[in-house]
Amino acid sequence: MNKILLIIRREYLTRVKKRSFIIMTILGPLLMAGIVVVPIYIATTTNETKQVAVIDETGLFFEKFKDTDNIRFHYLSTTINSAKETFGKSDDYALLYIPRTEVALPTNAILYAGKQVNINVKSYIRNVMSKRIEDLKLQAQLTGLTREDRSPINLDDLLRSIKTSVDISTIKIGSDGQEEKSYTEVSMVLAIFGAILIYFFIFMFGSQVMRGVIEEKTSRIIEVIVSSVKPFQLMMGKIVGVALVGLTQFALWVILTFIIITAVTATFTGKTLSEANSKQLIEQSTGGFNPGQVVHLPEEVQQEGGANEVMAAINSIDFPVMIGSFLFFFLFGYLMYAALFAAIGGAVDSEADTQQFILPLTAPLILAIVMAQFIVQDPDGPMAFWLSIIPLTSPVVMMIRIPFGVPTYEVLISMALLLLGFLATTWLAAKIYRTGILMYGKKISYNELWKWIKY
Amino acid sequence: MDLFSASNITKQYAAHKALDEVTINVPEGSIFGLLGPNGAGKTTFIRIINQIIAPDSGDLMFQGRRLQPQDVEKIGYLPEERGLYKKMKVGEQALYLAQLKGLSRNEAEKRLRHWFSKFEIMGWWNRKVEELSKGMQQKVQFIVTVIHQPRLLIFDEPFSGFDPINVNLLKEEILNIKATGSTIIFSTHNMASVEELCDHIALINHARKILDGNVKAIKDHYSTNTFEVRFNTFDQDLRTILPETFEITQTGVDEKWQVARVKLPQESKPNDLLTLLMPHVTIHSLNEIIPSMNDIFINVVTDKEAV
Repeated sequence: MNKILLIIRREYLTRVKKRSFIIMTILGPLLMAGIVVVPIYIATTTNETKQVAVIDETGLFFEKFKDTDNIRFHYLSTTINSAKETFGKSDDYALLYIPRTEVALPTNAILYAGKQVNINVKSYIRNVMSKRIEDLKLQAQLTGLTREDRSPINLDDLLRSIKTSVDISTIKIGSDGQEEKSYTEVSMVLAIFGAILIYFFIFMFGSQVMRGVIEEKTSRIIEVIVSSVKPFQLMMGKIVGVALVGLTQFALWVILTFIIITAVTATFTGKTLSEANSKQLIEQSTGGFNPGQVVHLPEEVQQEGGANEVMAAINSIDFPVMIGSFLFFFLFGYLMYAALFAAIGGAVDSEADTQQFILPLTAPLILAIVMAQFIVQDPDGPMAFWLSIIPLTSPVVMMIRIPFGVPTYEVLISMALLLLGFLATTWLAAKIYRTGILMYGKKISYNELWKWIKY
Repeated sequence: MDLFSASNITKQYAAHKALDEVTINVPEGSIFGLLGPNGAGKTTFIRIINQIIAPDSGDLMFQGRRLQPQDVEKIGYLPEERGLYKKMKVGEQALYLAQLKGLSRNEAEKRLRHWFSKFEIMGWWNRKVEELSKGMQQKVQFIVTVIHQPRLLIFDEPFSGFDPINVNLLKEEILNIKATGSTIIFSTHNMASVEELCDHIALINHARKILDGNVKAIKDHYSTNTFEVRFNTFDQDLRTILPETFEITQTGVDEKWQVARVKLPQESKPNDLLTLLMPHVTIHSLNEIIPSMNDIFINVVTDKEAV
């Protein structure tokens, strides 16, 4: 068997057999499922009734917003400016403003609120609006059909052409009347979540590599091993072995989280909202479709409670893309940093000496996490762009940008640079590592490291 | 025939020279002592043989051709700084290290079982290393050093930290291994073990080889033609009966006899000394004072430093 495979195998097996790995594997999904399930639980159990004022300049949505168990709608006929002024004094939870459109059907709305808007309220409004617009489009199509030709139409095409997504932006109105854009979108939660996960994974598994190297040094087994294999093989074997541990952990987390979420939501309700809608639509459309006949369209949106709406929002995310890019940026971000962590482990005698090197090494990662809150506000701005291109910060920052949509070429540039970054740090780290592992009892300075690199 | 030879090996670290044009030939089947004070460059030299580090210049030959990277599988190395993974199980770890030396898993397991039962540590196969005593850990280290039946074995200060019983066990095993035809390089500053085990030595000091050769030849070379005589009480000074050229280096008395060490002129034989003494004293014994390796070591090192 190839020696590097032997090393990978040992590094992998000793770690996945550890009790801490098993505990993390179980706790992680519970935590993640908790993040998803708890809001659903709260959403379904909150009895507080929320009042939403509606200003509909288009007139298309009059009486379309039906009251639910915990959302009540009332229509205002004032202008938006006076409504905003009186909003603070009213009992209203939020103010929905649908601006007038000249030609097209309205697909934008603004939701003003005093605090963060509940994701249920927002999802419900979005559903009602897109439903109504889809109905209008369908009616227009049908009218067109009756007038012009009677050839059979492709139902799939029809459904696709009327599919509408409504964009609702949320603006927070402070008690002093100040307006501030706020974000409760699932994509934003996901952006931050993905970024933190990458940050956490790089840190956690990078320091595992470092500790592994220090362990070999302090237990003095290193010299026995490098008399059998090259120091580079040992370093790469360790880095790859730990990477596989990370991927195993991630895979187990994803699988277990999905199992838990599925199990929990199954207890709330059977099918998701979007499924229910499209089925209903298809049944009605296919159930005898004669021109001239009055088609009864579903006017009422399913009211199945908050759980479905959150699930629908989650279902709308492109998980394969998210998980795929997460895997790439985690893997190569980790590989790039792990080599440097290995170099630190090789240079020092004990974990206590690592601090002076870890801080500068992880500074870019910390910077990326600190910048996250600004990047989500402007995911296409120059700062977001540059930080997502520079390899040291790109794994975290690109994960923040991806849920908002990033041009493919930017992702590819970022990936290519990350790959180069990984090769560069590994080359650098190998030089420090192979000298450091044989040095004992010497305080290592940056000067010394520089000599090793040049050597 | 030399199993291993190194010629003109030089290794320069940033500030100091660790090895300066060192040339060493290790005859096949011998036990070769690599001697020198701490910091002389022994460990650097051994790391170069193990291809852990590369020399700046010089040639390394193994089994008649240039030393190859894959030759590490024919070399066994027990470093001075040695250890094991503390959290790993003993058997699993020994298997891992044996496989790194190129053995198949099955072959490694078969040989390990043999060695473990020989050293009576079979019961520890599934225990973690940290539960083992130091002596037992060293047995495991020794086993993994020799498990792949290397043609060349390198022991760096092998006896440091072993208790006397294990030292004997180890010596016995080293001689057994020699008997199978393997060549052994010993690095040490423990001179007693050198005299007991080594056939050849090389002495390194301040990065240079200052002495090498067959142990017996070296001892002959450094013998000073000094003899120790024991004789019955004699109330005169020995000086009065010996000519100027006979140097009395030491006199004393033990329980029964008077003792004197006499350094003879180069051309003189012990018989000359006897002829001179016999008319005056009754001689009990006469022995040549053979310099110990320790004396030679100290002599050579201090001499060279004086120069």
